[in-house]
Amino acid sequence: MGIRFILMVNKQGQTRLAQYYEWLTLEERRALEGEIVRKCLARTEQQCSFVEHRNYKIVYRRYASLFFLVGVDNDENELAILEFIHLLVETMDRHFGNVCELDIMFHLEKAHFMLEEMVMNGCVVETSKSNILAPIQLMDKTS
Amino acid sequence: MEQLKTIGRELAMGSQGGFGQSKEFLDLVKSIGEARSKAEEDRIVLSEIETLKRRIVEPDIPRRKMKEYIIRLVYVEMLGHDASFGYIHAVKMTHNDNLLLKRTGYLAVTLFLNEDHDLIILIVNTIQKDLKSDNYLIVCAALNVVCKLINEETIPAVLPQVVELLGHSKEAVRKKAIMALHRFYQKSPSSVSHLVSNFRKRLCDNDPGVMGATLCPLFDLITIDVNSYKDLVVSFVSILKQIAERRLPKSYDYHQMPAPFIQIKLLKILALLGSGDKQASEHMYTVVGDIFRKCDSSSNIGNAVLYECISCVSAIYPNAKLLEAAADVIARFLKSDSHNLKYMGIDALGRLIKLSPEVAEQHQLAVIDCLEDPDDTLKRKTFELLYKMTKSSNVEVIVDRMIDYMININDNHYKTEIASRCVELAEQFAPSNHWFIQTMNRVFEHAGDLVKSKVAHNLMRLIAEGFGRRMILQIVESYLRIIGEPKLPSLFLQVICWVLGEYGTADGKFSASYVTGKLCDVADAYSNDEIVKSYAVTALMKLFVFEIAAGRKVDILPECQSLIEELSASHSTDLQQRVYELQAIIGLDAHAVECILPSDASCEDIEIDKNLSFLNDYVQQSLEKGAQPYIPESERSGMLDISNFRSQDQHEASTHGLREVQQAATVPSSSDTGSSEVKLRLDGVQKKWGRPTYSSSAASTSNSSSQNTVYEVTPVDGSSNVNSKAREASYDLKKTQVEISPEKQKLAASLFGGTSKSERRASSTGHKVPKGSSHVLKSTAGSTTDVLVEKTTPVQPPPDLLDLGEPTIKDGPSSVDPFKQLEELLDPTQLGSSANPGIVGSTSAPDIMQLYSDKPASGQSGGFMYPSSSNRSDDNLVSGLANATTDSAHNITAAAHPSQFSKGPNLKDSLEKDALVRQMGVTHQVKIPTYLKIC
Repeated sequence: MGIRFILMVNKQGQTRLAQYYEWLTLEERRALEGEIVRKCLARTEQQCSFVEHRNYKIVYRRYASLFFLVGVDNDENELAILEFIHLLVETMDRHFGNVCELDIMFHLEKAHFMLEEMVMNGCVVETSKSNILAPIQLMDKTS
Repeated sequence: MEQLKTIGRELAMGSQGGFGQSKEFLDLVKSIGEARSKAEEDRIVLSEIETLKRRIVEPDIPRRKMKEYIIRLVYVEMLGHDASFGYIHAVKMTHNDNLLLKRTGYLAVTLFLNEDHDLIILIVNTIQKDLKSDNYLIVCAALNVVCKLINEETIPAVLPQVVELLGHSKEAVRKKAIMALHRFYQKSPSSVSHLVSNFRKRLCDNDPGVMGATLCPLFDLITIDVNSYKDLVVSFVSILKQIAERRLPKSYDYHQMPAPFIQIKLLKILALLGSGDKQASEHMYTVVGDIFRKCDSSSNIGNAVLYECISCVSAIYPNAKLLEAAADVIARFLKSDSHNLKYMGIDALGRLIKLSPEVAEQHQLAVIDCLEDPDDTLKRKTFELLYKMTKSSNVEVIVDRMIDYMININDNHYKTEIASRCVELAEQFAPSNHWFIQTMNRVFEHAGDLVKSKVAHNLMRLIAEGFGRRMILQIVESYLRIIGEPKLPSLFLQVICWVLGEYGTADGKFSASYVTGKLCDVADAYSNDEIVKSYAVTALMKLFVFEIAAGRKVDILPECQSLIEELSASHSTDLQQRVYELQAIIGLDAHAVECILPSDASCEDIEIDKNLSFLNDYVQQSLEKGAQPYIPESERSGMLDISNFRSQDQHEASTHGLREVQQAATVPSSSDTGSSEVKLRLDGVQKKWGRPTYSSSAASTSNSSSQNTVYEVTPVDGSSNVNSKAREASYDLKKTQVEISPEKQKLAASLFGGTSKSERRASSTGHKVPKGSSHVLKSTAGSTTDVLVEKTTPVQPPPDLLDLGEPTIKDGPSSVDPFKQLEELLDPTQLGSSANPGIVGSTSAPDIMQLYSDKPASGQSGGFMYPSSSNRSDDNLVSGLANATTDSAHNITAAAHPSQFSKGPNLKDSLEKDALVRQMGVTHQVKIPTYLKIC
């Protein structure tokens, strides 16, 4: 399975984007988000960007006020996931230009579209920024 | 300021009419963004729900407006509130012809619904239609949804179209079609079993994106069935090679690395394919070596690929050069200041340690730093590593540390895990019974509610079967001490009650009234726990019976009497029955009770007299009184129906009789132990007949036999204690200036068996392995070095080192003949012990053995073990020289502790560690003799 979920949470712990690759009910999502956000946000800069949680791991990275949290299976390469987060940010940067929390809030669907291109069935399937953004740019043009 | 800027941008866009968003939407997002508390956010969302409920049902909503409502619904759910009232509108939006709206609709349904939702049926049709669309973006959107919302039943509805799309002209479509097929495979492998060949085909797709995506399903397939994909090794290797040579489009580069994510995926696949397969692995050596060389070690992504290389190298058939490269990278990771790299380094070390146990020694101080790091993640990873390298020489230090940590955490999930690991290690490697019992007591006391009941049952059996009377007395004493503590876990109390019942008065040290009093207290204090009470009652019964059998008068305490009375009216029938049985049994004479509950016989087989010979007298009497004699079924003839009927009847009667007799004969087992304990007894019986039933806990059961042997090793403690103390003294005398946290060094020594020169290790591997186990390889190198530690830690110049009088190296010069070493490595005694059966095998264990037995046959002089270790010793010397330049006072031992110098002594740290290590020092000394004896 690999990636179980991708979350974007601001430093107050408010969810800005949530994408799950396994079905969880609303209550389960709420509980999980509360739990892991508390866990990750309490950590210092020097500590590992990885946290074990139940039977999986969370790899997280902070950009300004926004935390990117990715839940992965135990056999995933944590550093690679860390860089996957960065790739996602770079991709959003290329599209939005100096992306910030509000860009994602105002264009929630676009952020999701990018993720849809990059991750399917919990696997990273596309890492070329131009390939990721091509459909989104085409949609922008046509509408 | 930032916010204003962005909002400005939004407004500008709005005026352009492009992605125009209404002011309402902007306000909503803004207010959510500015909410300072969860309560405030909830208020906003709740009022938003009201608004949406009203608005969304209005007639003739413009399409764009509708899209905005849908996004607002997404917000509502994302922030944790129910938006199910709007699901149908999201479904409707998927029917829209406009691409953006359709895709937004699809996105919303994938976020809102699961594959079994009732509304899915309304989407399947749309998906089918969209999969046939001319617009490839619509096809892609539909395929995204297929991956999320198609369940087993709906697979056939879209499968033909998905398969057709595998040959679509647009690479984006092919890629997503592959992933849809992958999804079907995940959901229902049988539904696509005939299509699996498509994954192979798409691996050769011209587009690197499609190829990269195809690796995901292939990885899953290969994980399940490696052998069917061995033919692809060459293809994977060639792809990886091309990527490493930068033949992929530039757009796949990430931070100057060519397609690193695809490289990582390929390395994962190669690790699967090369595991235990020499031929397959040989194809991989070159390309993995190339990647090791080419990887940019200054970037995160480069290190991610390097880490994957290490994982691969330690999974495939070992190659000396690659293992060396891996060890170098690990060294760099561990020395890094970045916690992330340290974490990866520790993890990688845990992988490599199976193949090159000596690597851990080089990094002992770094590992200890990680163990003591306040960062929990790093600490846990280090515990995982320690768990992997535990052997009988360091089990005490490691398990004690684990328990200390376990006591201090609240995370039940991890607590359970670490508790079961402690139990496993203690059962496997315990150096003495005493330590074992203490350890189990600690684990049970602090995590008793988290460990599996199986563990408790194993422990009870072990106590009954494996321990001598003196040890059992110690256990009883410890339990009588612990029993008074408040709030003990139920499982632990069960063990305590059982043991006290069986052995509480066995040695005569404790009187029955004392022990029964304690048991009554337990039943009283844990009155809500029926299982504990049952155990306590049964224990009471046994104690009374033993008293009667011994000819003493049973003295039932008043509190005991009242307990019995109280429980005889219990709501639990089980408890009631136990109490009635107790009352009935204590009324019997000494001979009868001895038959019913013989003392210390819990492990004995219960013989069932199938012929019911003890009834002969009774039968004889009945016959004399004129009863019909019994005619065996086979001899009976006559009217079929009736005889059948009768025989059935009789049969029933006889089985019934048997059952009753059986019950009488087995009272000791069935009624005294009750339902939960019957399981335990079955365990014992099963054990006699074979191991297979223990698949789940092979580790713990296999040791019950091996444990005996281990425990015997302990008594030598005293003499060598002196030995090592003497050595320490000489150490103190000789070296006072090497005070660089010697505590840490000691801890290191107790964990790793300290530093040692590899020549010595290689030559001393002939030592008897302490115990057959999956850790054999580890322990051979590690354990022998352990002996050496003590000798090498007294820091001395190189010549002295060689002069220490270790008999194994005396007969050889310092540069040992590699062939000879190899021979020693292959010492038959070692092979024998490593082939010890009945051991939980780590998966790679057989490979390693195979490796060993392969070597002499192939006549290769370069066994991977030797060259790497000899090189390592060179390294040590070299670094020793380097160190010598900075500090000439340092010596060869220091060379093996390079990180110690880079870190430098930290007085405060040292003092803190001092206390800890001093404690450990004791246990540490205790265990050395085990080895001395063996050697």
